[in-house]
Amino acid sequence: MCGIAGLIHRDGASAVGKEMTAMLQSLRHRGPDSTGFAIYGPSTAGEYVMRLKLAEHEDLTTDHHIRRKIKERQAEVDSRLAEMGAETLDIAEPTPYAFRYRLRYAGDTRQLASQIEQIEGAEVLSFGSGLELIKDLGDAGQVSTQYGLQSFRGTHGIGHTRMATESDVDIRSAHPYWAYPYNDIAVVHNGQITNYWIMRRVMERLGHRFMSNCDSELLAVYTANNLEQGATLEDSLKASISEIDGVFTYLVATEKELGMAKDSMAAKPMVLYESDDLVALASEEVAIRTLLPREIDTSDPYDEEVRVWQR
Amino acid sequence: MAEMTGPAGQSSAPESVSHEMGMHTEQLRGQSKQVFYDIDPGDTHTGFSLPNADDVDFNKRAEIDANDMSPNAVNLRIRALMRDGYGTIVIKNPGAKHSMAVGILNRLNLIVDGSLGYFGLGLIDGPNVRIAGRVGWSCAENMMSGTILIEKNAGSQFGAAIRGGDLVCRGNVGSRTGIDMKGGTIIVGGDTGAFTGFMMQRGRMVICGNAGKNLGDSMYDGTIYIAGEPASLGVDAVWSEMTDLDRHWLERKLRMYDMVPKDGVGGFRKIAAGKQLWNYDNLEPTEKKLVL
Repeated sequence: MCGIAGLIHRDGASAVGKEMTAMLQSLRHRGPDSTGFAIYGPSTAGEYVMRLKLAEHEDLTTDHHIRRKIKERQAEVDSRLAEMGAETLDIAEPTPYAFRYRLRYAGDTRQLASQIEQIEGAEVLSFGSGLELIKDLGDAGQVSTQYGLQSFRGTHGIGHTRMATESDVDIRSAHPYWAYPYNDIAVVHNGQITNYWIMRRVMERLGHRFMSNCDSELLAVYTANNLEQGATLEDSLKASISEIDGVFTYLVATEKELGMAKDSMAAKPMVLYESDDLVALASEEVAIRTLLPREIDTSDPYDEEVRVWQR
Repeated sequence: MAEMTGPAGQSSAPESVSHEMGMHTEQLRGQSKQVFYDIDPGDTHTGFSLPNADDVDFNKRAEIDANDMSPNAVNLRIRALMRDGYGTIVIKNPGAKHSMAVGILNRLNLIVDGSLGYFGLGLIDGPNVRIAGRVGWSCAENMMSGTILIEKNAGSQFGAAIRGGDLVCRGNVGSRTGIDMKGGTIIVGGDTGAFTGFMMQRGRMVICGNAGKNLGDSMYDGTIYIAGEPASLGVDAVWSEMTDLDRHWLERKLRMYDMVPKDGVGGFRKIAAGKQLWNYDNLEPTEKKLVL
């Protein structure tokens, strides 16, 4: 089933971490397996935030040597960053396996991410100047507390509560997906993509990498490919309606935008609230009510509807 | 009482009683056929009531503040109030919660002072409901009788598989409105989404705005009236001729909810089943028993 939610403040920064936590917690019944956030805060020119994991959550209980391995992997990450000329400004370690690096770097970020991912067990979850992408097992409250999101201030974000259906319960298969290698772009999805393997082979032939067998990752890769060809976010969302088969509603966030697309069958729900200063979307209205606990006017976007909002 | 008899069109005293009591139905087979129930003049019943239905007084009014209640608790509270004879119940602060006010098999005036989430008012038979806000997906699924009036918008699967009653939304509704509809009336004040009337089997739908693609797709029977434009008609849905009877029915029905367009009902067009896919017997199970 899965639940997705997104919001964008058009009147400046707000407590986006707290807001997204509340929205996703109210959608817990749609997917209790994992929760993910892609939230956007202030950025500084030349500085990047890189979120990466060096092991899976389950490795902590199944691999006796995992902590030693993580230390070794992290040392390798540090070494490669230094080799590539990236200056590490600070490192946070919210869990034993997930890390947040703040970097100053002037080179090619795709190459940097590629170098890091060559380390065994390493996956770059996100790279960007404003994006913080967090995903882990558990509900929104647990993940938010674990990663200290309650105090995060920003302008917009998207999130996901996952009911695993076609791939494993692990961080690799959790949403949001970063649109590798594009900085600050993340995707969440509710639905099933039926031409996943066909489209995956097309994307792989074009040189894109997949880190999971989750069909939702295709949307992130597909979006990245379209942007690489020069498409706008709106172009990409519109193209997906005819090129991606299946039933889906998905949200894409960039540094300054929030977009949504709904498939031609309109089989997956989405409720939209729109005002001059706030746009909020969610699989169910109860999530929007956590932001606006009063009677509000909402609507359901129709089939093949694509919308993009700027912050 | 209430054993259905006779072919369509027969006129008798019990028939007129049946008509006055609203206890007749229509078999839609491309032409309207009225079917009347045999009313026993000596019957002490003064109106239709379900077995085990609570005897409620519409002048007895109660409020439920749903703010800190689960949907299940709200539903149980409605039942308890009906058992105590309350005929008018107001739900305050519904908060778009799911599955509220379901399974009401009773006469009741229900006022929802806000919005409902998904699956609201499912499986109801008899109540008159007014909703000040909007409703989410699958509102009034399998509704048997009564009226529901929604002041704002509604989600998808609006009135799925309803068998009777009036289901009215003043705003826009989502996709698959009236899917598998088996009777009753659905009125949409604004636009409706794709696959509206999908596999409709009987009943009437009125769309005052536009409709998405595949309107009336695979409909077996029933009638769709539309004032705006459908993006496309579905398989086996065909334009049909509006008759004076259609216009009178539309005007009367829309007037009940103060929804007659400013320029009247002259702009409505009618869609019916082309019956090229037709392999369908629209008798109710009870009617089948009589035939057999």
